[in-house]
Amino acid sequence: MTDLSPDPLIDPTTFDLIVVGTGLAESIIAAAASAAGKTVLHLDPNPYYGGHFTTLPLHDLASFLNSASVPSPPSPPSATDDALDYVSVDLQTRSLYSDVEISSYAPEVLQEHSRKFNIDLAGPRVLFCADKCIDAVLKAGVNQYLEFKSIDASYFWDETGKLVNVPGSRAAIFKDRSLSLTEKNQLMRFFKLVQQHLLPAEDNENSKISQEDLDSPFVEFLNKLRLPQKMKSIILYAISLADYDQNDTEVGKKTLLTKEGIDRLALYHTSIGRFQNAQGALLYPIYGQGELSQAFCRRAAVKGCLYVLRMPVVALLKDKSNEHYKGVRLASGQDIFSHQLVLDPCFMVPRPLNLSLESLQDVSLRDANDKVARGIYITKHSLVSDVRNCLLVYPPKALFPEQVSSVRVLQIGGNLAVCPEDMFVIYISTLCANANQGKEMVRAAINSIISLFASECSDASSVDQNINAEEKGSCLLWSASYIQESSAGQFGPVSFTPMPDGNLNYDDLMNATFELFQKMYPNEEFFPKTTSTAVHQDDDGEES
Amino acid sequence: MHGRPRKPQKPEEEEASAAEAAKLRPLQSQLLENHHQKNYDKEALEVSAKVLEMNPDLYTAWNYRKLAVEHYLKESPSDTESIKAILDEELRVAESALRQNVKSYGAWYHRKWILSKGHSSTDLELRLLGKFQKLDARNFHAWNYRRFVAELTNIPEEKELKYTTDMIDTNFSNYSAWHNRSALLAKLLNKKAEGYFPAEKVLNEEYELVHQAIFTDPDDQSGWFYHLWLLDQTIKSNAPSLVSSWPPHSYRVVLSRNRSLDDQTLSPSRSFHSDSETLALILYFDQPVQGVDSSSVSVKSTANLRGDLIWKPLSKCGHDAAKAWVSHLSFPQGKMNSSESYSVEVSLGSSQKITSASGFHHVKPTCFSFEVSVHLRETPIEDCGNEGIWWKDENFTSCGISPQTLPFASSDNLTIENNYAPSSSERCAEIISNEIALFRELLSETECKIGKLTLARFLMAHVATSPHANKVAQLEEVLELYQDLMKLDPTHFHYYKDEHSLVLLQKVTSTTESLFRHCYCYKDQTSPYLGSTTCVRLNNLSISRIGSVERLLWVQVLDLSHNELRSTEGLEALQLLSCLSLSNNKIGSFTALQSLRTLKSLKVLDVSYNEIGSHSIDTTRYLFSSPLSHSEEKENDLSSDKMVTDSPDLASYWEAYFLFKDLNLTQLDIEGNMISSERFKAFLVKVLPKLHWLDGKQVQ
Repeated sequence: MTDLSPDPLIDPTTFDLIVVGTGLAESIIAAAASAAGKTVLHLDPNPYYGGHFTTLPLHDLASFLNSASVPSPPSPPSATDDALDYVSVDLQTRSLYSDVEISSYAPEVLQEHSRKFNIDLAGPRVLFCADKCIDAVLKAGVNQYLEFKSIDASYFWDETGKLVNVPGSRAAIFKDRSLSLTEKNQLMRFFKLVQQHLLPAEDNENSKISQEDLDSPFVEFLNKLRLPQKMKSIILYAISLADYDQNDTEVGKKTLLTKEGIDRLALYHTSIGRFQNAQGALLYPIYGQGELSQAFCRRAAVKGCLYVLRMPVVALLKDKSNEHYKGVRLASGQDIFSHQLVLDPCFMVPRPLNLSLESLQDVSLRDANDKVARGIYITKHSLVSDVRNCLLVYPPKALFPEQVSSVRVLQIGGNLAVCPEDMFVIYISTLCANANQGKEMVRAAINSIISLFASECSDASSVDQNINAEEKGSCLLWSASYIQESSAGQFGPVSFTPMPDGNLNYDDLMNATFELFQKMYPNEEFFPKTTSTAVHQDDDGEES
Repeated sequence: MHGRPRKPQKPEEEEASAAEAAKLRPLQSQLLENHHQKNYDKEALEVSAKVLEMNPDLYTAWNYRKLAVEHYLKESPSDTESIKAILDEELRVAESALRQNVKSYGAWYHRKWILSKGHSSTDLELRLLGKFQKLDARNFHAWNYRRFVAELTNIPEEKELKYTTDMIDTNFSNYSAWHNRSALLAKLLNKKAEGYFPAEKVLNEEYELVHQAIFTDPDDQSGWFYHLWLLDQTIKSNAPSLVSSWPPHSYRVVLSRNRSLDDQTLSPSRSFHSDSETLALILYFDQPVQGVDSSSVSVKSTANLRGDLIWKPLSKCGHDAAKAWVSHLSFPQGKMNSSESYSVEVSLGSSQKITSASGFHHVKPTCFSFEVSVHLRETPIEDCGNEGIWWKDENFTSCGISPQTLPFASSDNLTIENNYAPSSSERCAEIISNEIALFRELLSETECKIGKLTLARFLMAHVATSPHANKVAQLEEVLELYQDLMKLDPTHFHYYKDEHSLVLLQKVTSTTESLFRHCYCYKDQTSPYLGSTTCVRLNNLSISRIGSVERLLWVQVLDLSHNELRSTEGLEALQLLSCLSLSNNKIGSFTALQSLRTLKSLKVLDVSYNEIGSHSIDTTRYLFSSPLSHSEEKENDLSSDKMVTDSPDLASYWEAYFLFKDLNLTQLDIEGNMISSERFKAFLVKVLPKLHWLDGKQVQ
């Protein structure tokens, strides 16, 4: 992976696959195709890896958001050489970020440590020890390039406006003194019911949950088991991570079904204890989420994939005779050929010319119409004293009555090498129908967090309802908020990878990526097991 | 490890183990050869190390290495360096053996042995333990060793307690961690260490901890075990105390030769027959005690008692500790037709001689007194035996007397509990009430066998410790719980049945009124055995075990027929018993009747329709603490009774012989048992010379 000087010529000029953009999905496809023996060219217009999943220093992140939120000027039409048997179709980019607001409350402090920040663009994001992304990491042998740490704690904002622990495991239920004894019993019995259901044995037919229940909304199933409200909320929003209010039938389509809920619960439970040295269910990569994309790229490079960064693609090449896309034209002017093209979701093929793209198929469509509102905050305080890395879920309506979806907060501390030792990065995200709604929810969440700081700092001496700018400044060092568009992956003559979704982990993205790969290469295995990539689960590299 | 089923070996695994065995065999014989030759050179030691690495359970190899270490330690210059080198090598061998098998007794013991040689680094040992406990957190070998290291290097108990907390937090199903916790806490509580006093405060915290485990997963056993230990800590009274006596406090006893009293001014239930002017004095303690004798118990009387008092423990033979102790007071021979009254005062507790099995002294000064009237009317000495007694329902009529005349007439005298019982602290009572409320809550949430059992146990603790409890209602709740458990958990049916029986008997004897319902008079008031004596009939209650005897010490006629008794254990305390029916029970052998041997006044015994002789293997024999506890029998002088010992039947019926030879039965019913035969009856007639009635027929 060498950075080439301004106008180097790429040799060879024909590949099995060209991937544009080094986001996580693109990187995984490049690595999987390389592992399957394909020749791959992986391009990125940026000088860094990761695309929409990247991790950047503070000022780079700010400048990315500022530039990505304004549409790029259309590039001058490229000359078409009639002598060739193909035409070029100019590519345009669309802006996927909007309503960017960035403030710095302590520029000199941040400047002093500027090199120590590694901020995720698509936060908050974590991995479950047993999720599909970790499976892919292990299967591809990428774990040798990565190091993870556990998220120390997981909290839930309960009805009374208090932070409560998420008792996600047997040991956590045992330890949690905020639960009453009866609540412990009820919750554990529910967990056992689910475990019984998941047992493979045929002889426990009668302990299975009925099909009728599985197809009913999860919340109805929980009601049927007569779980108290608090337990239901914790299961729905903090463990099964439901996005929308499950009691609100108006939203209708976004209701979590029992089988989905149980699958998510199972993921949570199998994650706990999967790795000996991991506490809890959640992991975060040291140096930020961008490390994942980069690790898959390294894997691809080892398998022969050619990397060219800082290389924009200006046009697609289309065969004159059969209208098939057959390559890309680089900013350097060079034409590179391949019958498989995978593009970053920010590219647009101009309407009048893309008739043949009408045949694009969506891959794993899920809430693709929603936007994601994100916020990033750098503070000197932790949400909970003595806890550096933690997750916090505000269920719908917890912050204010119009809060339609769950707001999720992830705090990462200096021990994960994302910021200086004495600081914390707080990520907030929520799904929203429009920018105003999203911004309001993110704002409400950070205000709630600041009042947590205040109550912790001043020992509840005088907690003002309205936090003024000055106080805010004393708590926050830097903040950014923005709205990110969603888009599903698409398969077709030219395929597109999906944008980061509103989920905490990558499972939906992994499904889409896997499906895309399967459609491109129906006969290839997704990371075939070879002796060189055989990995042990308890590999020391997996955890620090 | 835990919860993983064993799988049969695959062929290739079998092959591998066969290959290993083939490799091991020559090494093993080489080792034995070296051992024999006392060859401790380097090469020989390496062989033993290799053998142990492959098979850590070969104890001979460990012994060989111990000899080798002794050998080298003797040989080597006493500089610490070379000693350290020798011992370090042993530690290494033990460690690699443990890696092969973490549960190798030999390897753990070898490590202990080396450490005891004075070579140890706590850090190293604890780190190694950490590793092994991570591998299997419940490995009791590792925990055992941990206790050893902690003690050897004086790690404070508080620190070890913290470690158990951490282990329990990680996985509360760790029974070993709970167990170590109980061991450490017991030490800290005993020492009254700082922060561990008063005990109730600590116990409260522990209850709270274990509740988390029990409620989170009631199906997990480890928490319940710890909970049971806590209950024990809560209600245990270290010092033994007197709970009951015969005669009871402030009671008036009439001693006469004649059972049928014509003096109607005397309440019939207060008169006791005695042939020899002696009165049995019984002390009943809450736990088995030793050291009851004339120096530890002082008996003062206005009568000039004849002879020194000899106290005998009423327990299985060979034991010198018992809950019940008996002594016989001999009153002076008065003039005929006169009546003399004496008062007797018994006090104990001034000396520290009376001790419980766990070594605690009886300290609470305890005193009670009673009055004895000796009536020695001249009446013809009847030939007891002309009339038998018949255990038929129609022969018993309800008592004409008022309940108040029972030997525990007023509630003060029901037992002497109020005078002597330990007043358990208010806080313990509070703990118990809290637990009861909690488990009622748990049971309302979930059906849980052990929850029911625990609730039953706590209710019983509440009955025992709280004087204000509504005892009958609580006992009834307990009975219901055990009824449920018998249905829910048939595997442990007999345990629940026994507990149910004990509670039922406690309920029956808990108040004068309820016991009075079981008191009857024999219709023929002139019967030489029964006279006007109160008969207690606890028949048809389906009890399988005898309890609450401390409230029945006064009973002379007892009907236990139509129950499910397997043994008479407990009856040994009823020293006044003269007539006993055990017919239609499940007594399986004469050994199960052993406790009757101490009942010197027993005249009438009905064991008809039981299972004596039906079982080829006598399981009651093994219920006794040790088969050797029967050794007393051998010491008996068999030659004392020529007629019997010469009998060829002795070999077949020796169990019956050992039971009956000490009894002076005049009436015995044995029909309806497998063992009963003409030959056996003939044998019985020989063993029991005073027998008048056998199976309802007069003995010729």
